[in-house]
Amino acid sequence: MDMMTAAHINSLLAAMVLLTAFGMLVQKRIYGLIHLFTWQGLFLSLNTAVVGYVASQHHLYISSVLTLALKVIALPYILHVLIHRLKIHKEVETVVNIPTTMLIGLALVVLSYHLTSPIRELSTLITRSTLAIALATVMIGLLMMITRRHAVTQIIGFLAMENGLFFAATSATYGMPLVVELGVALDMLIAAFIFGIFFFHIHTTFDSLDVEQMARLKEDE
Amino acid sequence: MTAMVNTSTMLLILLGVPLVGSAILAMVGDRKGAAELNIGASLATFVAGIGLAIEVYAQGPMLAGGKFFFVDAFNVYLAVLTSFVSMTTAIFSRRYMEREREHGRIGYRRMRFYHAMYQLFIFAMLLCLLTNNVGVLWIAMELATLSTVLLVSLYRTPTAIEAAWKYFILCGVGIAQALFGTVLLYFAAERVLGAGGDSLLWTNLNAVSGSLEPTVLSLAFVFLMVGYGTKVGLVPLHNWLPDAHSEGPTPISAVLSGLLLNIALYALVRCKVLVDGSTGTHRAGDIMMGFGILSILVAAFSLLRQKDIKRMFSYSSIEHMGIATFAFGLGGPLATFGALLHMLVHSLAKSAIFFTVGHASQMHWTQEMDRIRGLFKGNPLVGWGLMLGALAIVGMPPFGIFTSEFLILTATMKQSPLLTPFLLLGLAVAFAAIIRRVQSMVSGEIPQHQVRMKAAHVPVLLHMVLVLAIGLYIPDVLHQWFRTAVELLK
Repeated sequence: MDMMTAAHINSLLAAMVLLTAFGMLVQKRIYGLIHLFTWQGLFLSLNTAVVGYVASQHHLYISSVLTLALKVIALPYILHVLIHRLKIHKEVETVVNIPTTMLIGLALVVLSYHLTSPIRELSTLITRSTLAIALATVMIGLLMMITRRHAVTQIIGFLAMENGLFFAATSATYGMPLVVELGVALDMLIAAFIFGIFFFHIHTTFDSLDVEQMARLKEDE
Repeated sequence: MTAMVNTSTMLLILLGVPLVGSAILAMVGDRKGAAELNIGASLATFVAGIGLAIEVYAQGPMLAGGKFFFVDAFNVYLAVLTSFVSMTTAIFSRRYMEREREHGRIGYRRMRFYHAMYQLFIFAMLLCLLTNNVGVLWIAMELATLSTVLLVSLYRTPTAIEAAWKYFILCGVGIAQALFGTVLLYFAAERVLGAGGDSLLWTNLNAVSGSLEPTVLSLAFVFLMVGYGTKVGLVPLHNWLPDAHSEGPTPISAVLSGLLLNIALYALVRCKVLVDGSTGTHRAGDIMMGFGILSILVAAFSLLRQKDIKRMFSYSSIEHMGIATFAFGLGGPLATFGALLHMLVHSLAKSAIFFTVGHASQMHWTQEMDRIRGLFKGNPLVGWGLMLGALAIVGMPPFGIFTSEFLILTATMKQSPLLTPFLLLGLAVAFAAIIRRVQSMVSGEIPQHQVRMKAAHVPVLLHMVLVLAIGLYIPDVLHQWFRTAVELLK
C-alpha cells in the first residue's frame, strides 16, 4: 500500500466517521443510534490500523485493537443489555427541528476546518487533512448532547465526542502515548458503569429516561 | 541518592495509602471501625504529604519514578493542603454520616460505597497534582469527577440524581475539550521533542516552551481553558457546580468546594505557564482575567437570591475561584503570591464553613436558610463557627482571606487599575449577601423544630485557627515557599 492509497483510505474512513456522526444527530430510534455508534467505532478502529501500517507506528495496532474491543464490542454490548433490562428498546424519541440541527452541524464542520487550518499547514503527516473532521465529530457530539433530551442519547453523544477526540489524536499526531490512551480507555470504561447505574436510578426515580423532567434545580427567581 | 529514595518512598505512600485504603474499605464494608479506618488512612496520607514537603523544601524541585512524577513548591503545597483537608473532612464525616444513617438517609451498602469512593477521590486528586505527564493529569482529573458523581447522588432523591447527572454530563463535555487541548499540545510537542511518552512530560515541555509553535498552543489553550475552566466552575461554565455541591452529603460538598476546584485551577495554571512561554504574550493571562472577573460578578449577584444554605456557599466558591483565576491571569509576583495564598485560605475556610453548615442543617433537617434560626443559643460552636467562617470568607480582617484579597487588590491597582472597581463591587455584594443571611441564621431564639446534637469540634476549630493564624502572621516557611512557587510560575 503506497502513501497515496493510504491517504485515500484515510479520507474515506474519515468521511464515514463524519457521516455516522450526522446520522446519530437525527436518528430517533435507540437501537439505530447504537448501531451507528458501533459503525463509527469500527471505522475508527480500521482507520487507526491503516495509519499504524502506513506510518509503521506499531503502537497504533494496540490502540486499534483497544478501540475495537471497547467501542465496537464492550460499549455497544453494555448499552444493549441496559436497554433490554430497562425495556426501552422500542422507544422513539421526538426530535424537533431536524433541518435546523443539520444546518448547525454543517456550520460546525466549516468552523472546524477554519479552526484547524493553521495546524494543517504545519503538519507533515498524511493524516493531517482529517483533523478538521475529528474536531467536527467532537462538536457534533456536543450538539447532539445539547439538542436531545433522552439520557441514553446524551450518553451516546458523549461517547461519540470521545470517538472524535480519539480520531483527533490519530490524525494530528499518530496517536497519543500509550499510557495516556490506556488511561483514557479505563476512564471510559468506568464512565460506562456509572451511566449504567444512572440509567437505573433515573428510571426508577422519574419513571422515564427523559431528562426534561429533571428540572427541579432551577434558580428561584 | 538517599534523597531520591526518600522521595520515591514518600510518593509511594502518599499515593498508595488512599488507593489501597479504597480497596480495603470496599472490602471491609460498613463494619464498626470503617469510619476510623477512613480517618487513619487519611492521616497516613497527610503524614506522607508533610514528609514529601520537607524533602522538597530541603532539596528543591525533583523528579521521581522515572520522570513520571514531578514535585515542586507549587504542587507539593497543594498536596499537603489536599491531604490535610481530606483528613479533617474524614474526622467530620465520621459523626456526620453516623447521624445520617441513624436518620435512615443511607444504608449499609451506600456507606461502604461512600468510604471506598472517598479514598479513591483523594487518590485521584493527589495523582493530578503529582504527575508530570499532562495526559495523565487529564486522566486523573476525569477519575476525580467519576469517583464523586455517584457520591453526589448518594441520597437518591430526585434532586440529587438530577444534580449528579448534570455534574456527570457537563463536566464530561467540559473535560473532553481539555483532552482535545492536550492532543494539540502533544502535536506541538512532538515536533520539538519527538514522539513518545516523554513529549507529554510537563518538565520537558516547560524546558522547550519557547520553541513550541505559538499558533497551536494558543488554540490549545482555548480548549484547555474551556475544559479545566468547567471544572474550576468559572462563569459561564459553572451551571453544574451549585447543584453538585449542594445536593451531595456535606463532607463531599466540603472536599469538592475546598479541594477539587483548586486542583482544576492547578491544571489550568500549569497549562498557562506553557502557553505563555510559547507565545511570549500575555494572551492566556488576559483570557483568565476575563473569566475571573465575570465569575466574581455573576457569582456575587447570584449570592443575593439564594435560599439554600449549601447553594449559597457553592456560589461563594465560584466567586473565590474567580478571584484566584483572575489573580493568576494578572500575573506578576504580587498577584501570583496572592493567588497561591488565596487558594490555601479559601480551601481551609470553605471546608470549615461546610462542616458547620452540615451541622446546622442536621439540627434543623433542612437546608433552607429561612428555617435555620438561633444557632448561637442552640449550639454555640456551630453558631460561632458559621459566623466566624462567614466573616473570614467575605474577607474581613484579621482572617487570612483578607490578606490574600488585599494583595490581589493591590496588584490589580498597580497593573490594571481599570478593573479594580469591578473587583471591589463583587467583593462588596458578596459581603452583603452572605453576612445578611448568616446573621439571621445565628441570632434569634431556638426554633421548635431544632434538635440538639453533638458537633465535631476538632475540624472546624483547626481550620479556623489556621485561617486566623495565616491572617495574623504568615510564617517564614510559608512565605519562602510561596516565593519559590512564584518564581516557578513566572
